[in-house]
Amino acid sequence: MQRRRKPSETQKPSGASPPEAASAPPLVIVAKVDNALRLSAVDRKATSLGLAAGMPLANARAMLPALEVVAANEPADRKLLERIADWCERFTPLVALNPPRALLLDITGVAHLFAGEAAMLDQVRSSLAKHGFAVRGAIAGTTAAARALARYKDGAIAPSSEEAVFISSLPVEALNLDPVITHALRRAGLKTVGQVAPRDRAELTARFGAGMVFTLDNALGRVEQPISPRIPPPDFSVEHQFAEPIVTQDAALAVLKTLAPRLVAMLEEYGKGARRLEVGFFRVDGVMRRIVIETAKPTREPAVIERLFREKLDALADPLDPGFGYDLIRLSASRVERADPETIGLDGNANAERDISCLIDRMAARFGSRRILTFQPNNTHIPEAAAAAVPAQYAKPTKAKWETIRDRWEAPRRPLRLFAQPEPVDVIAEIPEGPPLRFRWRRALHTVIFAEGPERISMEWWRHQGPQPTRDYFRVEDREGKRFWLYRSGIYGRETAAARWFMHGIFA
Amino acid sequence: MSGTAAKIAALRASLAKAELEDPETHARVSLGYDKVDACLHGGLRRGALHEIFAEGGHEAAATGFAVACSFRVAADKRVLWVRQDFPAIEFGDLAATGLLELGLDPARLLLVRLADAADVLRAASDALSCAALGAVVIEISSDPKILDMVASRRLTLASARRGVTAFLLRFNAKPQLSTAETRWRVRAARSPDKEENWGSPVFETELVRNRHGRAGRWIMEWSCDDGLFQKPCGKGAEDTGAVVSAPCDRSIAATKEAVGDAKAVRRIAS
Repeated sequence: MQRRRKPSETQKPSGASPPEAASAPPLVIVAKVDNALRLSAVDRKATSLGLAAGMPLANARAMLPALEVVAANEPADRKLLERIADWCERFTPLVALNPPRALLLDITGVAHLFAGEAAMLDQVRSSLAKHGFAVRGAIAGTTAAARALARYKDGAIAPSSEEAVFISSLPVEALNLDPVITHALRRAGLKTVGQVAPRDRAELTARFGAGMVFTLDNALGRVEQPISPRIPPPDFSVEHQFAEPIVTQDAALAVLKTLAPRLVAMLEEYGKGARRLEVGFFRVDGVMRRIVIETAKPTREPAVIERLFREKLDALADPLDPGFGYDLIRLSASRVERADPETIGLDGNANAERDISCLIDRMAARFGSRRILTFQPNNTHIPEAAAAAVPAQYAKPTKAKWETIRDRWEAPRRPLRLFAQPEPVDVIAEIPEGPPLRFRWRRALHTVIFAEGPERISMEWWRHQGPQPTRDYFRVEDREGKRFWLYRSGIYGRETAAARWFMHGIFA
Repeated sequence: MSGTAAKIAALRASLAKAELEDPETHARVSLGYDKVDACLHGGLRRGALHEIFAEGGHEAAATGFAVACSFRVAADKRVLWVRQDFPAIEFGDLAATGLLELGLDPARLLLVRLADAADVLRAASDALSCAALGAVVIEISSDPKILDMVASRRLTLASARRGVTAFLLRFNAKPQLSTAETRWRVRAARSPDKEENWGSPVFETELVRNRHGRAGRWIMEWSCDDGLFQKPCGKGAEDTGAVVSAPCDRSIAATKEAVGDAKAVRRIAS
């Protein structure tokens, strides 16, 4: 059970363009810390001139008046780090962010695919360097050890259980502890990890807390700490690497066509079906685009999978941009459910259900799942809440039942078209509590010839904060035969002095 | 042995009976009202496009007519309703409780809400290729450019290929050239008379175009209990049937006046 991690520290090189012109002034990034502008990062030239991160900007300016100062942009840094993490997924699915500027890759069991650890580390460093980053990286058996080595011994590869040897000569800062603790250790004369390591754990715990001891032991390779990957690794995935990048979307779809049966074969072996599938398109220039589709039922048919992705790609608002081409395409099933093998053909009903769920998936892939809806009953008498339209892909059977309000032979008591927002109506009624005689809605005057009501519906006080007025509903028919559903908000005399009327729906 | 032989004979007989059934009548769904069915040669044709135009202000009535027809045509299959977002704001959204009150099962309806007419047509032709559906209702407001003769032809072909009936429900729209099997204009009709039971869905429908038969106009009531159209059953309803011969050159409003006049004349006479 050997787990190795590799943090790669990345840093945008100073003066990205042009690269370090001899005459360019030193570049520093500043951020506001405790109401003072402090340097948060400095370029190589600035370092050589004696500047360091953490220094107040005023001091730096006093030392070097000709400074190029740029304000820190943390969200952008974070975004960049995430994009690098996306790119790193070509090495392992387990990538964790370690802000502000480190990534942790769990490379357990994958190093051999890249011709060993040393070659893999080289490959990561050189490809990132090609994209213009200053990279430091190391491999070790535990997270803290790898992090410390990457910062202080670039390129080190510590075999498992030998972390202590590699790390003991490093300064205590390498442990990446709270600055207060680091300061206290230095005050106590413990300047390197090796000097802290043999101390009695009880002593250290009493003085600095259990967290510090855990980090120390982690760095020394004595305890394990699994990384928490930013995207949970998929259960099943297949990929295709290309020696020559492919450029067209058609070619990419053709690759999907060959990948889908391979993924399906894996799913079949484990008796699973995919509910959520994603394709990662890794571009040569380091950009990675992830396309996700979901299905209503566990799916295990290559043709269906391919068609869903085709729909999704067709409907993308910002189409896939191949740039200089893709060198890796990965298809993975990120959520799977048990799917039993089916017999096809005899049961017509089951087939019909499957066809419909395929149609729902296709439409959801194209238009988004919240646009394909199915109705479900709710246990409430509030008209607008009595039925909910839920996405058909996620609809689960409910206990509530549909219940008709009208009696047999009666006319419908609920309108066919309901306004989401009841519209105010001017009403003339004979008496304040009575049914409307005439009403004006959307500037048209309607004369009521039949009216029935009130059907009194009081609001559910247990759901609302303030008092909600009771509604008295009237069914009315005008001279043209249009049938409306109006309500008066508030009981006259008890809840309100001036009744307000609203149009809530129209009957067929 | 003889039992088996009898069983085989019975099966043969049932097969022969199934074969004998005329595919033409099988492909038509009766609306329930005999006069209308006679005019339609047995009912609405399955696997064809039917257009339903709402008269101004009578969108809910047209919706009711469309939903009733589509559920009848779909029999026990599901109905898919594709609609634009705009008419739902303007005329109200389709309500599940309203469907239930009309005697239709809301669980059988799939609702697809889309932003524009192009998406609606695209989703509709996709849905029409799914034979597991019984009917597809396409609700489009006003006259989008994309809904032309070509689009109508596409819908007709898609509908015929898999036998899924398409209903095109139009609000605020002018009839244009199309390949539809039938075209209806629908408005709400007044409840027959003030009685206990006023307010049942009564439609004044005009069949303005019928590819395989005559046009006509009728007042139909949807029976929420039996799930079919019928003659309005109120007291004052006897003479509101198809009393005026089918107009081919007059607007429905003009005809309505004629009906009113006829009624008035009869009242005076009696």
